[in-house]
Amino acid sequence: MTVTPYQSRLREGPYGFADLLHAEWTKFRTVRGWIIAVIVGGLAIVALALAPGQQGSCNVSSCTAPVGPGGEEVSDSFYFVHQPLSGNGSITVRVTSLTGEIPVLTQGAAMRAGLVPWAKAGIIIKASTSPGSAYAAMMVTGSHGVRMQDDFTQDMPGLPGAVSATSPRWLRLTRSGDTITGYDSADGTHWAQVGTATLASLPQVAQVGLFTTSPGYLQTSLGEASVSGGSVATGVFDHVGLSWPSGAWAGDNVGGGGGGSPGGTAGSSQAAGTFTITGAGDIAPVVAGGGGDVTIAQTLVGTFAGLIVLVVVAAMFMTAEYRRRLILVTLTAAPRRGRVLAAKAVIIGTVTFAAGLVSAAIAVVLGQRVLRGNGAYVYPASALTQVRVIVGTAAVLAVAAVLAVAIGTILRRGSGAVAVVVVVIVLPYLLTVAAPILPPGPADWLLRLTPAAGFAIQQTLIQYPQVTNTYTAAYGYYPLPPWAGLAVLCAWAALALSLAVFLLRRRDA
Amino acid sequence: MRRAPARGTRRPDPQYAGRALHAEWTKARTAGSTIWLLLAIIATTIAVGSAVATATRCPAAGCGQDPAKVSLSGIDLGQAVVAILAVLAISGEYGTGMILLTLTAIPRRTTMLAAKAAILTGLVMVAGTVAVLGSLLAGRLILPGHGFIPPHGYPLLSLADGPYLRAAAGSVLYLNLVGLLGLGIATAIRDSAVAIGIVLGLLYLFPVAAAAVANPHWQRHLEQIAPMSAGLAIQVTTGLRGMPISPWAGLGVLAAWATGAMLAGGLLLRLRDA
Repeated sequence: MTVTPYQSRLREGPYGFADLLHAEWTKFRTVRGWIIAVIVGGLAIVALALAPGQQGSCNVSSCTAPVGPGGEEVSDSFYFVHQPLSGNGSITVRVTSLTGEIPVLTQGAAMRAGLVPWAKAGIIIKASTSPGSAYAAMMVTGSHGVRMQDDFTQDMPGLPGAVSATSPRWLRLTRSGDTITGYDSADGTHWAQVGTATLASLPQVAQVGLFTTSPGYLQTSLGEASVSGGSVATGVFDHVGLSWPSGAWAGDNVGGGGGGSPGGTAGSSQAAGTFTITGAGDIAPVVAGGGGDVTIAQTLVGTFAGLIVLVVVAAMFMTAEYRRRLILVTLTAAPRRGRVLAAKAVIIGTVTFAAGLVSAAIAVVLGQRVLRGNGAYVYPASALTQVRVIVGTAAVLAVAAVLAVAIGTILRRGSGAVAVVVVVIVLPYLLTVAAPILPPGPADWLLRLTPAAGFAIQQTLIQYPQVTNTYTAAYGYYPLPPWAGLAVLCAWAALALSLAVFLLRRRDA
Repeated sequence: MRRAPARGTRRPDPQYAGRALHAEWTKARTAGSTIWLLLAIIATTIAVGSAVATATRCPAAGCGQDPAKVSLSGIDLGQAVVAILAVLAISGEYGTGMILLTLTAIPRRTTMLAAKAAILTGLVMVAGTVAVLGSLLAGRLILPGHGFIPPHGYPLLSLADGPYLRAAAGSVLYLNLVGLLGLGIATAIRDSAVAIGIVLGLLYLFPVAAAAVANPHWQRHLEQIAPMSAGLAIQVTTGLRGMPISPWAGLGVLAAWATGAMLAGGLLLRLRDA
């Protein structure tokens, strides 16, 4: 009788990277506490999205701002002196004065002379007088010189400097089909082209004329709006030249004078070819600035809870090896230490990305519904933006987990690794966004340089230079664009991982 | 002539607690990480406080800044190091199996935990006092150059000033309570990584959640029950009327959290096998 000698069914080494991945996945999957923790982390993200205690506080004027040609929400209110233009033509005007009133520093309705930086007076070709319709305009502004703007989001600079009787500004708009060209001049003879705009939705008969408007006054101190209120501006125009026989001028306070602005004073007068137009409001995209308005990032507040849970799991995934001396077996089986770490990073990154993706998707989709159901105004974000926020949140969690594995390898202590990762990611966020103690300048640098920059991936608000606002992180405006912020976090993870590989190779296990 | 008590008798040892304290002191003193963590508490607190003070400006009267809070903002980071120290005080023993020896030598588990708490409190008290005084000194040197001057409503930072003394003493107590919170949670959880995750989560997550909640009613309540937000109310010296919770009541909230954690930890320590 022969006895077959025992032979392991496992094949002999050397093991490839796929085998290492399989080994690490087995280690992860068979620790029940880690699997439960990943599920708990995901549930934390979803749970905090569904119970954020947001309630009805529609702060945007009547909750339904008009929508511009690009689909974005806009404020479109100004005083408009206009007449129809059929087909092609051009309008020329001289602006000799732009003055205004702004609220005084103390509370109350008192006003003092002053001009907000983006007060506007000029000429406009607009599809209709209904708010949100397509337009192109040439204007003088409070402190940004001559500008050509169209369809709310486009802004081109013209002649610099303020307008006055001794230094007037000549403006001209020419329509040729769908294309509108803007010109400016300081003397009415030497003209320079400022820009062109193509307005696809401009009808055959457009409204053409003069306008004045003045956005809300905002004085900021240390990143907080310290004084805000409506402002009003008055523009004086003469030498109005039309390429067609002039009809009757009609005056309209488009958009009702702007939310909360002193629109009661809006109006126009005309004497001997000189138009004096007073208006309040703005022709610009709507921006968020404090108040009760929320973005979809609000639904992802649970990211921080999920992050801490996943960071604990990720750190233990490495430090448990040291604690249980499993590292000796691991490194005996796979002597190429860098690849072991790479396999660990891939496994933990994949697991946390998957958990983050599912929970962030549920949080964003259901959380928005809950917020809107409670009457909160949620700033709209396109489907593509929402996908970016969801995928980006999952990526932030995955990269943070990889960072935790790397720090865990460097420190070989679970407690130290968890503390370091939580502190470098959450604390800068806390100091700059959640409970800002730093002024905006240093806060921005903290959000550019620390791993907390990764949360920029959750921002959905767009910063418009042509709209005055408190563009600080506390209001949801990060100093870095979304993917750049994530790249900063990735750079930190890569740096830590390199150091971890170096130390893992050099040190005894 | 003194006679040693016979072996095996269960006579109460009058110096039992003293010996437990001595044992814990020896462990704390000889553990390599203790001194570094204590130095880190001091260094991180003063460094962050000085950095924030350097970055802060008060251009005019009514700038709404709180010089005590600005100078002591390093506590936000220093408390994380305190939490590590506290968690390692007991989780370290579970990690190495030392806990078996400790409990064999001192079978009265609550006494052992109390001795640990006493040693931890003593260490944090010393490091915390140095850190807080250093931060205030840095603030006193830096802030007047940045507009925190009497014409703007800010006299020089001085401990003779009641509110500043409260902020200073309260910040030391705050660090101690964070230490006890960490010790209690680590006793209950035993694993150091999980325990530190829970402690830092409790401290940092409430303010993040409170900031995200737009409803001021909810926000207020969250800030009233959060260990960090409520506890740090002790640092506030200006605009007290607008605070969701008064300074000492806020520190009381943190004390309640720490007490709860210590009770839970002590109870589990008594009930469980080591």
